[in-house]
Amino acid sequence: MSTPGTPDFQLTDNGQTLAFSGDWNIEADCPDFGDLQAQLEAARPTELRCDTAALGDWDSALPAFLLHCQHYCENAGISFGTDALPEGAQRLLKVATAVKTHQRPAEKTTSLAERLDPRARLKSLWDNIEDHLVFIGENTVALMKLLTGRANTRRADFVNFIYQAGPNAFGIITLTSFLVGMILAYLGAAQLAQFGAQIYVANLVTIGMLREMGALMTAVVMAGRTGAAYAAQLGTMQTREEIDAIVTLGISPIEFLVLPRMIALVLIMPLLVLYANVIGIFGGAIVAAGMDVSLIQFGQQMREALAFNHLWTGLLKSVVFGVLIAIAGCRAGIQCGRSSAAVGEAATNAVVTSIVYLIVADAALNILFQKLGV
Amino acid sequence: MAEREVHIHVDDLTMAYGSNLIQADLNFDVYKGDVFVIMGTSGCGKSTLLKHMIGLYPPAKGDIRFGDKSFFHSDLETQFQMRRSWGITYQSGGLFSAMTLAENAALPLQQYTTLSAAEVADIVAYKLALVGLDGYQDYYPSEISGGMQKRAGLARAIALDPDILFFDEPSAGLDPISSQLLDDLILEMQESLGATVVIVTHELASIFAIASNSVFLDPETKTMIDYGDPKVLVEQSENEKVRRFLARGGTHAMSGAAGDTP
Repeated sequence: MSTPGTPDFQLTDNGQTLAFSGDWNIEADCPDFGDLQAQLEAARPTELRCDTAALGDWDSALPAFLLHCQHYCENAGISFGTDALPEGAQRLLKVATAVKTHQRPAEKTTSLAERLDPRARLKSLWDNIEDHLVFIGENTVALMKLLTGRANTRRADFVNFIYQAGPNAFGIITLTSFLVGMILAYLGAAQLAQFGAQIYVANLVTIGMLREMGALMTAVVMAGRTGAAYAAQLGTMQTREEIDAIVTLGISPIEFLVLPRMIALVLIMPLLVLYANVIGIFGGAIVAAGMDVSLIQFGQQMREALAFNHLWTGLLKSVVFGVLIAIAGCRAGIQCGRSSAAVGEAATNAVVTSIVYLIVADAALNILFQKLGV
Repeated sequence: MAEREVHIHVDDLTMAYGSNLIQADLNFDVYKGDVFVIMGTSGCGKSTLLKHMIGLYPPAKGDIRFGDKSFFHSDLETQFQMRRSWGITYQSGGLFSAMTLAENAALPLQQYTTLSAAEVADIVAYKLALVGLDGYQDYYPSEISGGMQKRAGLARAIALDPDILFFDEPSAGLDPISSQLLDDLILEMQESLGATVVIVTHELASIFAIASNSVFLDPETKTMIDYGDPKVLVEQSENEKVRRFLARGGTHAMSGAAGDTP
């Protein structure tokens, strides 16, 4: 037998009386409705009355149980008498049953065949490409308007974005490019030392930084730093209805929000890459100095390796990368959903997309330069 | 109500953000079972006062006591216990957008009790039914309307049968009908749970329909300028500002709303 105070129920009188006993608190171990349901199905009463003579204290546990009873009784055609319940419980039960349980409309289910249909996949891929093209097109139109002086772009915003993307990024760019220069030097030195040509470490580091690593590493850092920030800023503006406000004021969000960010990044990227090149070559020189290539020798060798076409291929890449990072970041932000989770998705999306873009564009540009012989 | 027990005692409270003074010298009591309204014009610090009461901002001076315990002078364990007995709804719902309504309402139960998943689901179904949202368990906050979000926030706030319910502008952004239904729901919760209710609002209809006591904050003098039942204050307040605020809806609308009180 249960001790007094333990919440329990008894179904008596041929299943017509439901007697509650004990303290029905959510912390206590309240009976499961499944037990009552089994007993009711066995007894099959036509009406069910409550008896609360032995009921002690109660909180939400009791009305939660009663709500189950009431729903069950309605479905089974049993009349449920609640007159004997405490007044508060009766009122709560009345409030809880005032609105009918909502039935979620069935969602359209897709069969496995439909989901694997290659046409649907191709269609979604095409939609995605189309989206990108539309976005790029809108940007081009906005840029034209800006060049003819008719765009709604605020100069103050632009200066602010330059500052965020440029001077604020110096620290991390210094660190990464210095280390990348060192890595290149170590990598080359180990191989070149095999045939006593350590001196060519200078060529490797210089050409490697100028043509490839300077632009690519800076772009990867900026994709994580600035691209994600753009997506999060614009995404939050979307959730706070700021973008709606811009549209209804008759301002194009592309001109007002995307263009200043993109131009800031495109202008700042070549400068950051130049800086990264200098730091990277310096890093390589330090490593080379530890391998019996003095700084003066390194400098002379570097001057021989320095060619204008190495420099401008790197800078051209940096401009392309800047455009791609800004497109990936801003597009993810503008198309963001309206919940806080969506802002996180937009930021992730921005970084992943821009890194994929960077690698693909870098490969494409390298092939192009190879064919052109520069 | 002969002997009324003081539930929340605000003692010489001064609120400030850094050197920016919001309100000073607040002294008032909220009695057990009160529906207490914090009112005042926009920007007077109503929501800030509420955030002090729920322990989010520490007071610059003075204290807030619940019974004989001060939240800010208690140890972490006591603070945890005090928080368990509070239910709070926020101005814009404060629902977790990455969680369904059922997960939102279940969170306090999982945090403070050792109930099984099935028991939690039962209680959640009941709480959602109370706010008229049974069947919406699997919906995300973004899939339902603003009024429904407010009600879902209420379901989460009452999950643990709180002793004190705090509402920050419950009817802001709701149509008059939804706002009245929410008022009725608040009163119903207050009566059947026996809870104390503290509401920040400037909706006159709401104030007259549900308030049993109130405090009026003034942004110019930066302190409370009146304290009492708004139905009495509207006629008898010594401060003209309070009378004007409360009568702005016109005496007709006011008496109509007051007549609706059950």
